[in-house]
Amino acid sequence: MDFPDDLQYTRDHEWCRVQGKRATVGITDHAQDALGDIVYLELPAVGDEVKKGEAFGVVESTKAVSDLFAPVSGKVVEVNSPLADAPEAINEDPYEEGWMIQIEMSDPKELSDLLAKAAYQKFVEEDAE
Amino acid sequence: MAQRTPLYDVHARSGARIVDFAGWDMPVQYSGILDEHEAVRTRAGLFDVSHMGEVVFRGPRALASLQKLFTNDLSKCADGQAMYGCLCRESGGIVDDVVVYRRGAEDLLVCVNAANRKKDFDWLSGHADGADVKNESDEWGQLALQGPAAAGVVQKLTSVRLSSVGTYRFTTGDVAGIPCIIARTGYTGEDGFELFCPPGKAAALWDALLEAGKTENVVPAGLGARDSLRLEMAYRLYGSDMDDDTTPLEAGLGWVVKLDKGEFIGRDAMRKQKEAGVPRKLVGFTLTDPGIPRHGYKVLRDGQPVGVVTSGTKSPSLQTSVGLAYVPSALAAEGSTFAVEIRGRAAAARVVKTPFYTRPR
Repeated sequence: MDFPDDLQYTRDHEWCRVQGKRATVGITDHAQDALGDIVYLELPAVGDEVKKGEAFGVVESTKAVSDLFAPVSGKVVEVNSPLADAPEAINEDPYEEGWMIQIEMSDPKELSDLLAKAAYQKFVEEDAE
Repeated sequence: MAQRTPLYDVHARSGARIVDFAGWDMPVQYSGILDEHEAVRTRAGLFDVSHMGEVVFRGPRALASLQKLFTNDLSKCADGQAMYGCLCRESGGIVDDVVVYRRGAEDLLVCVNAANRKKDFDWLSGHADGADVKNESDEWGQLALQGPAAAGVVQKLTSVRLSSVGTYRFTTGDVAGIPCIIARTGYTGEDGFELFCPPGKAAALWDALLEAGKTENVVPAGLGARDSLRLEMAYRLYGSDMDDDTTPLEAGLGWVVKLDKGEFIGRDAMRKQKEAGVPRKLVGFTLTDPGIPRHGYKVLRDGQPVGVVTSGTKSPSLQTSVGLAYVPSALAAEGSTFAVEIRGRAAAARVVKTPFYTRPR
């Protein structure tokens, strides 16, 4: 299981890559593996507001439906639209090709609630027990 | 504690993902549901179906007794032939859908759904009517090798001439030196075999089939692929698409209800329902809007709930969203339209002919 050092993580298994006021968001390697083959995706539109901890979209695998939760609040400034037609990219490359949305953060202080790699890894391992 | 098949250790050891299914620890996937689905459609996949139950009717009253419990007509089923049908209550509600393997008029094996092992045995033995009814569920392992390459692979391991075993026919013989019922049956829409074997030999048979299937790239497959494969064929799943409160006529299984064969439990109720008109029917539909229908989603017409989705998926073979739903009979004709409520949104759907998937010739 791969959890890059430069990302921050939620307990709902999203990742967040911060550059200035912008946060790019996707789901973790653990999440894609647990879901299985991803076949459908619903994402917000550019301009939508998302709120930390609330659902911003839905991902469906062959066997399950899961909400996607926003790691931070703000306005959606970019959406990985090609993903809707090729959601398998989330399984294949969750941290690059499989990114979902970019949020312009309204309150960067919210980032302090996210987990660093080591803490997230520990969380996943404890979850598995 | 969940029950386990004789193959549990094999699944766990080979990296299958295990889930609870009807009280059983079963592999939901090996390499991935889509991979396994494709393997079965193009090559072959091997399934552990040992969780299925077996109830055997024996003795001079066996055939007559089972005829009164089964909606299809076993007098039309030859020795060595299998027949699909339902067990019904007096109300017409479905106790289970089963396959009967007629070994002889005095020896019939009923293959029942895992979740209904006890319920079916209680029901069948409670209506034995002089037949000797035995629950042999723990005395059989069951493997299903399904797909276009299945027959060639099984043939490598047996001297039984499989070309003489037609669809829904069976025989007995050794496979990899293990005594089996060799049945040309399945739940995927592909050619293939279900092999009933002694439970202690199931692991050896599993290994032998995978080894013999190496050149054909046969893969082990789990319940996830089994579900998407059966749904592409619009095969009903007991507990999802039908239960004790639905009749075979409602479930679209009228073709296995022989009202004129003589008396059987549920016949009168179904005859009445047929005369009065079946109020709701299970139909196959495709979504014409984005989304994936799932069990329990509402069927809407003019914004009002009028029915319910019982199964749904994105068909791996067709790449469209398909499902089964109960709708009022007025909406059951091919081409009828309705909506499926997906997370508060009304997604357009259209009734289509089933099976959704047809095997290329």
